[in-house]
Amino acid sequence: MCTSARPANLEDRLWNRKIRVQHDRFFLKWHATRQCLSFRTLLHRLRSQPFAAAFLITTFLFANIHATNAAEKFPGVGRTAIPAEIKAWDIDVRPDFKGLPAGSGSVQKGQKIWESKCASCHGTFGESNEVFTPITGGTTGLDAVSGRVASLRGDANPGYPQRTTLMKLSEMSALWDYINRAMPWDAPKSLAADEVYAVTAYILNLGDIVPADFVLSDRNIAEVQAKLPNRNGTKLFLPLWDINGRGDVVNFACMKNCKVDVNITSSLPDFAKNAHGNLADQNRLVGATRGVRTDSSTEASDAPLPGKARNPNATSGKDSREISGTESVAPLQAGQAAALAKQYSCVVCHAANAKLVGPSYNDIAAKYKGDATASDKLIAKIRSGGAGVWGAIRMPSHATMSDAELKALVHWSLAGGN
Amino acid sequence: MRIDVPLEERSLANEVTDADGIAARNAALSPMGLGRLRRAPEGFLNASQIADVQAGRRGLLRHALLSAAGLTSLSLNSSFARPSLDAKAVPTVDPRGDPNILEMPEHTKSLGQPVAARGYGMPSIWENNLQRRESPGLTRVGAAGVSFCPLQGLFGIITPSGLHFERHHHGWWDIDPRKHRFMINGLVKNPKVYTMDDLMRLPSVSRIHFIECGANTGMEWGNVAVPTVQYTHGMLSCCEFTGVLLSTLLDDCGYDKMNGKYLLAEGADGSGMTRTISIDRALDDCFVAYAMNGEMLRPENGYPLRLVVPGVQGVSWVKWLRRIEVGDMPYATKDETLHYVDLMPDGIQRQYTSIQECKSVITSPSAGQMLLDRGYYNITGLAWSGRGKVKRVDVSTDGGKNWRTAKLETPILSKCFTRFSISWNFDGKPSLLQSRAIDATGYVQPRLNQLREVRGSRSIYHNNAIQTWRIASDGEVSNVHLG
Ligand code: HEC
Ligand code: HEC
Repeated sequence: MCTSARPANLEDRLWNRKIRVQHDRFFLKWHATRQCLSFRTLLHRLRSQPFAAAFLITTFLFANIHATNAAEKFPGVGRTAIPAEIKAWDIDVRPDFKGLPAGSGSVQKGQKIWESKCASCHGTFGESNEVFTPITGGTTGLDAVSGRVASLRGDANPGYPQRTTLMKLSEMSALWDYINRAMPWDAPKSLAADEVYAVTAYILNLGDIVPADFVLSDRNIAEVQAKLPNRNGTKLFLPLWDINGRGDVVNFACMKNCKVDVNITSSLPDFAKNAHGNLADQNRLVGATRGVRTDSSTEASDAPLPGKARNPNATSGKDSREISGTESVAPLQAGQAAALAKQYSCVVCHAANAKLVGPSYNDIAAKYKGDATASDKLIAKIRSGGAGVWGAIRMPSHATMSDAELKALVHWSLAGGN
Repeated sequence: MRIDVPLEERSLANEVTDADGIAARNAALSPMGLGRLRRAPEGFLNASQIADVQAGRRGLLRHALLSAAGLTSLSLNSSFARPSLDAKAVPTVDPRGDPNILEMPEHTKSLGQPVAARGYGMPSIWENNLQRRESPGLTRVGAAGVSFCPLQGLFGIITPSGLHFERHHHGWWDIDPRKHRFMINGLVKNPKVYTMDDLMRLPSVSRIHFIECGANTGMEWGNVAVPTVQYTHGMLSCCEFTGVLLSTLLDDCGYDKMNGKYLLAEGADGSGMTRTISIDRALDDCFVAYAMNGEMLRPENGYPLRLVVPGVQGVSWVKWLRRIEVGDMPYATKDETLHYVDLMPDGIQRQYTSIQECKSVITSPSAGQMLLDRGYYNITGLAWSGRGKVKRVDVSTDGGKNWRTAKLETPILSKCFTRFSISWNFDGKPSLLQSRAIDATGYVQPRLNQLREVRGSRSIYHNNAIQTWRIASDGEVSNVHLG
């Protein structure tokens, strides 16, 4: 947590000052050597830092600085970015490969990374289970010749049931950048550049785009680009990019006796009506309409009649916000734990009776049955993450969760997730 | 293995943490639990009683029903009956008078709650049905999912902050604003870093704009797939945003006016969302926003900083915005190459399809609802265009054969919701409701079949078709496609 409290004693304060002066000194040197001195920046520093100012006066022409400031539109707002900062954030890779860091990785090494860090979600061969995006499949050697993936065509026969990454991919830069910035999904930006090259090479090999002994690098990535099955399959569509464009679908505003077909060609089948839950509960209780009741539970409405209707406005006077702020934590209800599991994406990796990325709740419950220390251990484990108890795959950390939430989820996990 | 969390578990758990509170809330909210009322007797009418109601002989029924249900002083116009036109949900007036008037309720006879009982006000518990909701099976995991805005229950043009739709690719965060930094680099004289303090000191604009996900209505390209306007159109919201124009910031960094043709906008979340924006768009009306509807952005909407790209699909409104780079070519980012490309019948994927073309939808009455009765209705809905103002909205009740021009409510703003409404008498004849918007460029919102003729039905994105709601003779409204 960040505290804005001042340092308690004078030494500390002076020490902080000293660091800042040194920092400014570095800053100026850097500017001077690059011969693109920003007087604006200097001036901010001078104004806010009397110590630094004293130092700077001996080094620079003051009048000059003043003159520049007069022309500045927003003095004191923002500062020049330091090269190291730009380097830390400017990680994007363009289609011409500007931004691509030097490095390389083999298919072989990529396979290891894939199996330990990607396969749990995307499947051993990139085919994915039903939960995650399929990476490979749907491309052919013929596509590689034309640069157009045939199975994407509307009249493709046979078609391919899903749109895989390699079917869609028209720019190598996008695949490299995708993995580099966003994968593995639960630990983005954790791969080193060489690892990204390697796992990218492995994906390309799964799609028969490169051979099994291939080593992908910044030097040969453009050659791979020239082999992508769908490299010619993506086009800028100007009318939906340009604000002044005209759309490609034209209608006109007929007002009377318009020739249109009013046959109903599609409607929701009865069995699907309740797929989104009871619609009566998704509409307001008053107004011109009500929600249609789509569940069948309505007939079981023989709840006992209480003597007096409960007035929901006459609550205990306590707001839920106050309550959640108190120390003592009431046990959460099962529904809430399930909601938390969803909120914190536990459901991505855990299910009640099936092993996903992590163990099933039933297996967890069985393992720790009768273990009085389990609760505290598991709270700590979920908070900090870790591997080794169930296998080599790591559970990510959950540092932002509150004690109450963790406790609730552990109790719930130990009850087998129900 | 499908991961499905039962609907019941999509609870309001975050707000209520004590078991008692939950019980109270459930009791108050579940139709069955409301004061443990039975369903109102209207739901149990037999055929002859229905005939009585239709003939206006309600008084006759009143007594029989009261005794049948064992109710005496409880309101008969309970909203929790299965609403059905035959068995009217409208009040049956007791000749002795309405007990809601005759018997003074507790809130009239005792003391209510004090000021600041809630430091941050909340909607009435009676409004709890209106929630952001997910569409089961649409996305694979909640942290890379969508929640839909309940358009069926909203008024005017402003979306309440808590009901703004959500789309995250890597989950949402509540970022410490003191530590958030915003950088501009690339083709600029002076690459700069701004703190939130810096940004909030600069001159600001406040503007109302709609935001629509490019995939809104995407589930409906092929056939009817979802039951209500929340799911057909709910990746859509409209708020007042406050922040600093990109033109101000780009000038402040001295962007390269010769070569700077495109911007890359990048988010600070795990997905590092990246999107290309043309410099013309950026200088025209884009801004970095820190506020929404008069308060700071909500975390789910990118707190403390997001990009606003009026008229352009939501994915470009990068949340948790950390960086803008000025460049000289489009970036073909992951979300411009592997996602958000529109697949055409010839197998070509259209790239950089950004503008949200003119579109409208009737929100009341809309699918999944039930009209209370025959008689008067105010048909109302929303129209919007990514190319400017909405000029006109026409409404048809016969599936598009005949149209009447609706009334537009003010304000009518560029790239913003416009609320329309028109009077209608429902006489019990099955009807097909449609709205058709025309924007200031003269573009007319197309029919679904016109879109399909050109774009096929696998595009996922950019379905701005005219929506049809069928009204059955019993008043039930449903989602249909016409041939
Ligand atoms: C915890 C599950 C998980 C793991 C582990 C994981 N991914 Fe992913 N991956 C996802 C999800 C979810 C998406 C979709 C993200 C979105 O919607 O923005 C995705 C998307 C992708 C895509 C783009 C798919 C498309 O739509 O074309 C690629 C490529 C990819 N992942 C590669 C990898 C690689 C390489 C690794 C290992 C280094 C990895 N993933 C590990 C969950 C995972
Ligand atoms: C990205 C996948 C992932 C997510 C998300 C995840 N887990 Fe795990 N979880 C794992 C893996 C993998 C293990 C096995 C770790 C090991 O072997 O030590 C595990 C282990 C556990 C265990 C048993 C720990 C032990 O040492 O025996 C519990 C309890 C648990 N998870 C609960 C949770 C809860 C609660 C959440 C949500 C807050 C969660 N997990 C989120 C992957 C995940």
